[in-house]
Amino acid sequence: MAKLTLDQVHEGQELPSLRYDITTTTVVLGALAARDWRPMHHDYHFAVERQGTKDIFLSTPNQASWFERFVTDWTGPTGRLGRIRFRMRDSVYPGETMVMEGVVRKVEVDDVGCGWAELDITMSQSGRTCTLGYARVALPTEPADNPWARHGDRWRPAPAE
Amino acid sequence: MTDAAVDDLPRDVAELIDVPQYEETSEIPVERGYIWTALAAVENGNPIFWDDAVAAELTGGPIAVPTMISAWFRPHWWAPRRTKQRLPLQIHFDLKERFGLPEAIMTENTITWYEPVRVGDLLTTCQRLRSVSGEKTTRLGTGRFWVTDVEYRNQGGELVAVESYTSFGYRRD
Repeated sequence: MAKLTLDQVHEGQELPSLRYDITTTTVVLGALAARDWRPMHHDYHFAVERQGTKDIFLSTPNQASWFERFVTDWTGPTGRLGRIRFRMRDSVYPGETMVMEGVVRKVEVDDVGCGWAELDITMSQSGRTCTLGYARVALPTEPADNPWARHGDRWRPAPAE
Repeated sequence: MTDAAVDDLPRDVAELIDVPQYEETSEIPVERGYIWTALAAVENGNPIFWDDAVAAELTGGPIAVPTMISAWFRPHWWAPRRTKQRLPLQIHFDLKERFGLPEAIMTENTITWYEPVRVGDLLTTCQRLRSVSGEKTTRLGTGRFWVTDVEYRNQGGELVAVESYTSFGYRRD
């Protein structure tokens, strides 16, 4: 797995897209891996008849995990997530291919020397943009740098207001 | 989405805004079996979590998958001598009951990470209600949005993450 450094990143850069065929197993496995026992993530009848959705659907923490995989597939292991935010406009269902895409919104080095890439990320199915998100991920400023070595005041995961 | 006239928040709910509630210790310590299960669920091959040499070099030893943070906060489905099921994000369920909204869905999630969560950690959490909207109507039904934060700390008291959920509690029209 490559180790992306900040000098290899620029605004407007597209991340390699990720396509994955979502199945019922994907949804259930993801929910249970997150210890999310709510029935809309494993019980078709509850989801459809009680919640009014088309099928069971990906849970919130599982969507976060898919976004993490998408981002760190690109950065390699030295990429360290600082913040992720996403808004779920529509559900992600079994039986369709999920497509994850991302674009670099901003590249910066903060006041304590940490390199950051800010990303706009999406999760879509069949042309529907189901989830719109944002990720802020720390990247090494040079090959010997390691964002994971930052602690306390040297780690500022929230962007400056 | 249509908005009804923004009503005043009931006093008992307004008094809960920003108040720490449900300070709890996780029912499971951070452990690798669950970490690997979570990675397998999304086919995440990041060597930090699979290769001890990489973990030692980069993170000073094995750490948990950052986006698993809420997994450590969710109670067991069942436990001995428990007479009532414990629910995660109890504030969310309290509001559903308070407003008589039988259904709910999460609409937005934000997670900010601080110190890494390490294998063997035992996390504590507290919840804070941040806001509650007036009544609104969406394609799902009529209800309210609310924002709840969960703060996570390790056994040393270090802040490891803050998570914010926006929920929509509703009744189907």
